[in-house]
Amino acid sequence: MRRMPSLYGLTFSLPLLAWQLLFFVFPLVFLVALSFWTVKNFTMQPGFDPVNWVTMFARPVFWQAYGTTLALATMAALVTSALALPCAYAVAFKLSPKGQRWAIFLMVIPFFTSYLVRVYSWQIFLSDAGIINVLLGRLGLGPFHLLNTVFATLVGYLTLCLPLVVLLQLFSLIFIDRTLIEAAHNLRCGRLRTVFEVVIPAGRVGLVIAALFAFILSFGDFVSPIYLGGGDPTTLSILITDTTKSGQQWPRAAVIALTMIATLMVVAFAAIRFAYKGRAK
Amino acid sequence: MSANPANRSRLVDLGLRAYVVLAFAFVFAPIAASFVFSFNSDRFPSIPLGQMSLQWYQAVASDPLVWEGLRNTLGIGVIVGLVSTALGFGAAYTDFRFKFFGKQVYMALALLPPTIPVVIMGLAMLAYLSRIDLSGNALSVIIAHVVICAPFAMAIVRLRLSQMDADLEAAAWNLGASEWKAMAHVIVPFTLPAILGALFITMAVSFDEFAIAWFVSGLNETLPVKVLGFLQGQVSPRINAIGTFVFVLSMGLVIGAQVLLSQKSKE
Repeated sequence: MRRMPSLYGLTFSLPLLAWQLLFFVFPLVFLVALSFWTVKNFTMQPGFDPVNWVTMFARPVFWQAYGTTLALATMAALVTSALALPCAYAVAFKLSPKGQRWAIFLMVIPFFTSYLVRVYSWQIFLSDAGIINVLLGRLGLGPFHLLNTVFATLVGYLTLCLPLVVLLQLFSLIFIDRTLIEAAHNLRCGRLRTVFEVVIPAGRVGLVIAALFAFILSFGDFVSPIYLGGGDPTTLSILITDTTKSGQQWPRAAVIALTMIATLMVVAFAAIRFAYKGRAK
Repeated sequence: MSANPANRSRLVDLGLRAYVVLAFAFVFAPIAASFVFSFNSDRFPSIPLGQMSLQWYQAVASDPLVWEGLRNTLGIGVIVGLVSTALGFGAAYTDFRFKFFGKQVYMALALLPPTIPVVIMGLAMLAYLSRIDLSGNALSVIIAHVVICAPFAMAIVRLRLSQMDADLEAAAWNLGASEWKAMAHVIVPFTLPAILGALFITMAVSFDEFAIAWFVSGLNETLPVKVLGFLQGQVSPRINAIGTFVFVLSMGLVIGAQVLLSQKSKE
């Protein structure tokens, strides 16, 4: 199939390449340069000064936000994966092909609804006089303070991640060789043991990738921690929006963004290694 | 229970099915609540429901800023859809047809952008575009949205191409068609449903994207950026009215795409 690049071929290949180089790679590379610029009298000056890195890394609030973000995203990845798995398992193994198509269709819908509107909607459920507290009140319980808590932030992350995680888990479970499971049953392996010793290892790659996506999405989200979590304790993404929008401290925001990218790359690399560990292919 | 394995397994099945229903209830609760409360008169929505009212729709419809946001959103969405579908089609065809050195890097560039957190993309775009004097207008939103939408278009078209017999194009060449003719008479007609599907899906993605748009749009705010503004200011059930409207619009696009994409099964 290999041939010399022709005008015909380049007409189709080049536009995307050019666009993604110009408007995807260059902005990210520029972010690196920007992190070494300085801000004097509210204007940015090009340069090569590590001052932003030194300033940001010396701030306790930065490391506090880093720890919070890491903890929240890890928790979101684990909780979402754990809550999604029974659902994906049931759809993969208990529903008819028609039911599966419906489940997939329904799980795709949330991608096309506004995340902001859904977060606002959760405020209606979780606020002190909100739906959940009114219902609990009728049972003589509460009121509980739900909004502006870590719990509410996690509800937001779950709203963001659950549909994607269910779909990714589902696609990895659907393609598991059914004979493996029958073999386990024939060998008198119990239901739950089959799940943990056959189904989960067989679908490991997809399950880990799904958790990784939940981690990435939660790590970068600033909406849930602000509008459900109350913005306190602060996260890295909140720090970026604050640093960018209030004043001209873009170089410092760049430092935060690059630290986030580095962290995500390490986590993604570790997750993918873990996913494929022991799979000699 | 353990005495009767069949019974026990039925109970587990029932439990699993109930769990699936519960998971869907969690996913759809905020969507449904937003719909219900958009017709509810209370300033601070909760239960029991207040009176049925269209006041939030009226408030939204009489807000010139909302109309301006809607115009921006629609204009930007249509252009983003056209451009990212064209770019995505080219990339999908490249992957389908050509083998070349560095193809993995090419494919990474074609697929990676949606995995970068939007705050980071937003900041990088804002800094870079303002450096080259392209920030703070509708064009900057279009540029940024095409970056994240083109991968979706590429994936949709690529999926369709993988259902095509690769010899079909070669057969057209053997019959004397030029590469361009084969493209126009074989490839494009075969992928047309996917092209239209990609067009709708990328438009829907652009309609809902708020974070990058918030960073780069300046005064030309799109509707989702306006919603973010409402959320920051005095929270108001107007969000529900806008949300319901945008939901109906997006779902129209998605269902349209679904109908087009499922036509393949009728051939």
